[in-house]
Amino acid sequence: MALRQAAIYGKGGIGKSTTTQNLVAALAELGQKVMIVGCDPKADSTRLILHSKAQETIMHLAAESGTVEDLELDDVLRTGYAGIKCVESGGPEPGVGCAGRGVITAINFLEEEGAYEEDLNFVFYDVLGDVVCGGFAMPIRENKAQEIYIVVSGEMMAMYAANNISKGIVKYANSGGVRLAGLICNSRNTDREDELIEALADKLGTQMIHFVPRDNVVQRAEIRRMTVIEYDPTALQADEYRALAQKIIDNKKFVIPNPLTMDELEDLLMEFGILDEEDESIIGKTADQERAPESAVA
Amino acid sequence: MTQTIDKIKPSYPLFRDDDYKESLSNKIAQFEERAPQEKIDEIFEWTTTEEYKDLNFQREALTVNPAKACQPLGAVLCALGFEETLPYVHGSQGCVAYFRTYFNRHFKEPVACVSDSMTEDAAVFGGQKNMFDGLANAKALYKPKMIAVSTTCMAEVIGDDLNAFIRNTKAEGHIEEDFPVPFAHTPSFVGSHTTGWDNMFEGILRYFTLNEMDGKEVGANGKINLVPGFETYLGNYRVLHRMMREMGVDYSLLCDPSDVLDTPADGHYRMFNGGTPIDAVKDAPNAIDTLLLQPWQLAKTKKYVKTTLNQPCTEVTIPMGLEGTDQFLMTISDLTGKPIPPSLEIERGRLVDMMTDSHAWLHGQKFALYGDADFVMGMARFLMELGAEPTHVLCHHANKRWKKAMEQILAASPYGAKATVHIGKDLWHFRSLVFTDKPDFMIGNSYGKFIQRDTLHKGKAFEVPLIRIGFPIFDRHHLHRQTTIGYEGAMQMLTTIVNAVLERLDEETRDMGETDFNYDLVR
Repeated sequence: MALRQAAIYGKGGIGKSTTTQNLVAALAELGQKVMIVGCDPKADSTRLILHSKAQETIMHLAAESGTVEDLELDDVLRTGYAGIKCVESGGPEPGVGCAGRGVITAINFLEEEGAYEEDLNFVFYDVLGDVVCGGFAMPIRENKAQEIYIVVSGEMMAMYAANNISKGIVKYANSGGVRLAGLICNSRNTDREDELIEALADKLGTQMIHFVPRDNVVQRAEIRRMTVIEYDPTALQADEYRALAQKIIDNKKFVIPNPLTMDELEDLLMEFGILDEEDESIIGKTADQERAPESAVA
Repeated sequence: MTQTIDKIKPSYPLFRDDDYKESLSNKIAQFEERAPQEKIDEIFEWTTTEEYKDLNFQREALTVNPAKACQPLGAVLCALGFEETLPYVHGSQGCVAYFRTYFNRHFKEPVACVSDSMTEDAAVFGGQKNMFDGLANAKALYKPKMIAVSTTCMAEVIGDDLNAFIRNTKAEGHIEEDFPVPFAHTPSFVGSHTTGWDNMFEGILRYFTLNEMDGKEVGANGKINLVPGFETYLGNYRVLHRMMREMGVDYSLLCDPSDVLDTPADGHYRMFNGGTPIDAVKDAPNAIDTLLLQPWQLAKTKKYVKTTLNQPCTEVTIPMGLEGTDQFLMTISDLTGKPIPPSLEIERGRLVDMMTDSHAWLHGQKFALYGDADFVMGMARFLMELGAEPTHVLCHHANKRWKKAMEQILAASPYGAKATVHIGKDLWHFRSLVFTDKPDFMIGNSYGKFIQRDTLHKGKAFEVPLIRIGFPIFDRHHLHRQTTIGYEGAMQMLTTIVNAVLERLDEETRDMGETDFNYDLVR
């Protein structure tokens, strides 16, 4: 089977890294050979696979040795649970430098060192929050990830982010082969969450590939720096990740998304009661003004 | 301080006039807050010591006088070597002004190269709009057949995606779909000018061959492809043409800027002149093989030739000196079945004759050299063929594998056994080496002249003369038209080197009544 490369995007804190690692563990359990490339300066994309606090990153090692040219693949590539290959691009501390450039440097390095030439079925890029600059779009450039999954929940900001990411995908989809492959709903237990995300997926022209329910076993596993698949293979939640993995293996639905306008998105949120009907008369009014009697205004 | 129009003096000797001397010494006394001369002398002396050298070699974060340039500079030279090709640098304008002046000063020729001049807004929003307008304008104004795009650091830091931008430029109709725009990402914080050349060349080769491999067959056209790498000696391009012609070998010299960088003054400005035809690039996959003449700088090209063109990419070393040229010609002969013709055999014989004629003067002479990886390797080998001794071989941009290979070559000869190889080191390191382990001569680019001045300042006995072979050479004229490869190149370098030795000997032996017992007419 040809190598499939997938990038996982989504709002910060939505559970991208946790979902990615559980998904990858499930894929590995199914006999797939997988590599994770963490594209986030926090470098927490591989900790559940490696049982480590944070993996030594490419940029950290490059900074230590003076140049990325002195690094070798063995210095940065670790193997964890079920033979999963792990790499972290790394990047600067908040407030300095350029994290996007770190991602570019790291992925170029992996390519030049032949990391993709090994016997692999899947590469997953776990990318920070939003496509904020060209660097974080690196994983979806030509000849990199062809499929993108967006992790989302039934919260307003998560859906805004999903829609924004879709806009980014359109930019690259028009000039290359990258496609939106589906939304992964990482449940926050909001009302009618599954229907809402289905509706959003429908409007974007894609699918909700799987609804991952909320389960505390994920957190219990995480405290032990493990995936659910490894920590408790019999847990119901492990089956959810297995189902997601199988759906991704079988996935054929790759589309250029139709991002929603702001109005369309707000309409959708109102339909599901997440956003209240807008009341034009209160815009720009302070609490004092609202308390003041009608007569005072007139 | 006024000058008369009939007798205008240049800065030297003008500033030696009394009024200027007075003005300059007033400036020093009143405004410069200079340290006392004794202190300056003391520090200067200290910088020439073994102790300082040890400290200097512990330097980590600082580079002083690098012996390399940046990636897009190499990309521009590569682009200039193709038929009616306009080098286009995506990024800031000042970088491109630098590339152009750098080449102007070396080749004494105008160098056509455009920038899409990214500014503050492009840094924030990405440079795609600049590329839309830039490609459309450059094509409309200068009417090239091809535009070869490279990048400056600015575009690289913000992560501009050339592939997507160029596709979008075409998709939106700013330039035609079939107009060739090969590209290469050339971030200058990685590698050097040689990396940039390699990236651009691979980009051009990729553009014309990657999706056109159907119906291509290795050996179908019976040609040999020659890839020169970052090559600034115009004679080297010409000697390659001549040697192939004399051998009767069908070949493509992939990248040849020797015409556009050497245009005649006949009243016509030629923005484009000569260069490798695009058809020759398209035909490259049909060749018997592709030979990389500076293999240590062409890693990416090598990979592409092997994996996509499926050619063996037979290993050659840079064809410098006797053995280097022998190996190169014999490889060509093996691959094509064409014998080496009598004309080249005679040329070889003449070189050997010259080497034996000059041998007595070169035997045991010590040389410290710096420059590009393949050049210094070829030069060190040639020096040892002449019986001269390389003492320090420095290459700023080379990697550890090169260092090992270089050390093996040196260790294999009694003339090289005592040599040291330095990588990742700059000309300030080199200066320390020249003071603490004095060679008879330095070989390198123009920047070495400041080291020669410093060694002379310490005293005549410490002076190390510079022999200018390399790039850039800004302060001597027309040396870039010379040849350094092939038997012809070996002859020219031998002439340069042995005459530098004899010049120096004359200089040392012309003290009347002191040393002139050896100031001989016949050398």
